[in-house]
Amino acid sequence: MKWPALPRPEGRQFIIGIPWFWLALFFLLPFLFVLKLSLSESTLAQPPYLDIVREFKDGLVVLAINLGNYELLLEDSLYVKALISSLEIAAFSTLLTLLLGYPMAYAIARAPRHWRLPLMMLIILPFWTSFLIRVYAWIGILKNNGLINQTLMALGLIDSPLEMLHTPFAVYVGIVYSYLPFMVLPLYATLIRLDMTLLEAAADLGCRPWKQFLTITLPLSLPGVLAGAMLVFIPVMGEFVIPDLLGGPNTLMLGKLMWTEFFSNKDWPLASALAAVLLVVLIIPFMLLRHFERRSEEAQ
Amino acid sequence: MNQARNTASDASWQAGSAEPAIRIENVTKTFGKTYAVDDVSLDIYPGEFFSLLGPSGCGKTTLLRMLAGFETPSSGRILIDGKDVTQVAPYERPINMMFQSYALFPHMTVADNIAFGLKQEGMPRSERDKRVQEMMELVQIVPFAERKPHQLSGGQRQRVALARALAKHPRILLLDEPLGALDKKLREKTQFELVNIQERLGITFIIVTHDQEEAMTMSSRIALMRDGRVEQVDPPRRLYEFPISRYAANFIGSVNLFEGVVIEQQGDEVLLQCDEAGAVLRVRDSRKMASGMPLCLAVRPEKIRLLAPGEEGPNQLTGVIREIAYLGDVSIYHLELPGGKRVQFTQSNVQALAEQPLTWDQTVTISWRPDSCGALSE
Repeated sequence: MKWPALPRPEGRQFIIGIPWFWLALFFLLPFLFVLKLSLSESTLAQPPYLDIVREFKDGLVVLAINLGNYELLLEDSLYVKALISSLEIAAFSTLLTLLLGYPMAYAIARAPRHWRLPLMMLIILPFWTSFLIRVYAWIGILKNNGLINQTLMALGLIDSPLEMLHTPFAVYVGIVYSYLPFMVLPLYATLIRLDMTLLEAAADLGCRPWKQFLTITLPLSLPGVLAGAMLVFIPVMGEFVIPDLLGGPNTLMLGKLMWTEFFSNKDWPLASALAAVLLVVLIIPFMLLRHFERRSEEAQ
Repeated sequence: MNQARNTASDASWQAGSAEPAIRIENVTKTFGKTYAVDDVSLDIYPGEFFSLLGPSGCGKTTLLRMLAGFETPSSGRILIDGKDVTQVAPYERPINMMFQSYALFPHMTVADNIAFGLKQEGMPRSERDKRVQEMMELVQIVPFAERKPHQLSGGQRQRVALARALAKHPRILLLDEPLGALDKKLREKTQFELVNIQERLGITFIIVTHDQEEAMTMSSRIALMRDGRVEQVDPPRRLYEFPISRYAANFIGSVNLFEGVVIEQQGDEVLLQCDEAGAVLRVRDSRKMASGMPLCLAVRPEKIRLLAPGEEGPNQLTGVIREIAYLGDVSIYHLELPGGKRVQFTQSNVQALAEQPLTWDQTVTISWRPDSCGALSE
């Protein structure tokens, strides 16, 4: 018997279907749960919320949708402040990782070939240790009787310890340190592909090295800058561990607030509403990235 | 091939009167232990279309990159208009280059690419726009002004690269394999355009190529390179007709080489005992040569004449035709001599419908004049 050939379009759809299925199962479905939860009412019970599906009557589903959680998010200035503060911290840390990561990626991409792999390893190596342990290590370094203060005092540079732990400074140190590789990797990937003869052509036409960087290297590495910025900005927006361990009581971030609502206040619906809002806020920069990517694809 | 151009400026380097636009003085470039360029000295004069010709790895591109300033010579000097520029950065040299890969800026439009060099020197906007327009007209790419490089064909990109390199009106333009990426038809057309543009603008062109036909067609002079050294510098016609070495003779066109020993000199003719040909051959050469000295006679296939039966001629050899290649305009014949040596000669196909004058295994006699061949000692 002769088997009919697999029709190609269907075959393709099947292949594309796999990631779609994956996204649906592990992203869309959980998100729908969160969305459903955010529309329910909190209560003192186990679990601590009232399901929005109240009863089935004559084949009809009776829903009790509660928008109160979202109203609360808008009314209570705490949440708006936390959102703004998170945006600030995420934006500023993204800028810091960019300023630090760009020269690093540039140096690695321009390093002699046999140096590139060891240098990349140095960037990636910290990943092999637990994230939590690395953040805890910063407590040891930054605290009042920690490594930095002890060294500075032993050298006689300061008399009393500098207050670093539980300050915004410590939060930035922790974030920049943890997320730097996410900036360096995509930047490296774009910079290594940059055609060096373009810089020679620019030099040949009378362009000095610093201007070559501004007019050729920087614009052509913009896709890498955007990718790196997204990889830092998005997770930092929801970051919980670093502000919790290194930040002080005044460090206001959405991730921390969500944790408090979920576990301290047992207000699952409110925490879910917060999560839904955060997602929407984060989708906007992502769509901007896609827009720029499409434009740069067209340009190549 | 073999179309030596005779422009007015050609005379200057022959007379040795003009100041060279570029003087290369004993330039050597080593990478580790290899000598990419080995003690090269050249004078290139204003208005020349000068070719650096050679196989890949002969050092021609390294030499060009040193002129542009992308490489620094390990030793020696480079002078532009009498000024030592050996240590001058590329962005400060009065020289522009057209890259083999074109190196167009992918994020800029055609017009912006051409304007790039003008912006660097701070030319005012209105003047700049005018110059860009002129350049686009010169290379006929006006309709593509607002396109990005990826929206152009290979030939159009090549024109943009040329326009960009010419925009600053450099006195010297370097071209690295400028036609390498084009197909044959387009390449031939562009060769003549390049020559026209060069003559119109009066710019000194220095071109790197591995294609001998390209070098022959366009150049006023050719420097043939070999293993980092300059083998011979001459106008195309001289290089073709009077190569100084076996290497030069072989690189440009086809050649038959006869190894032999000098018997004696008769006036300005040298008599050569050639065992491969089984004959005594004559070559015109007035240089003093001791008898017994090894010498090589080089004769181009088209210089060989077919003798009619009973006809006598100098350098007369008889053999059997073993191979025939019909190329349309000419046919190439391989003649096998009694000793086994093969000689190539060509015949123009003058008549379209004529019976093939020669066939396989036919025994024929060939001859060439002593002043139609050359003597090579190297």
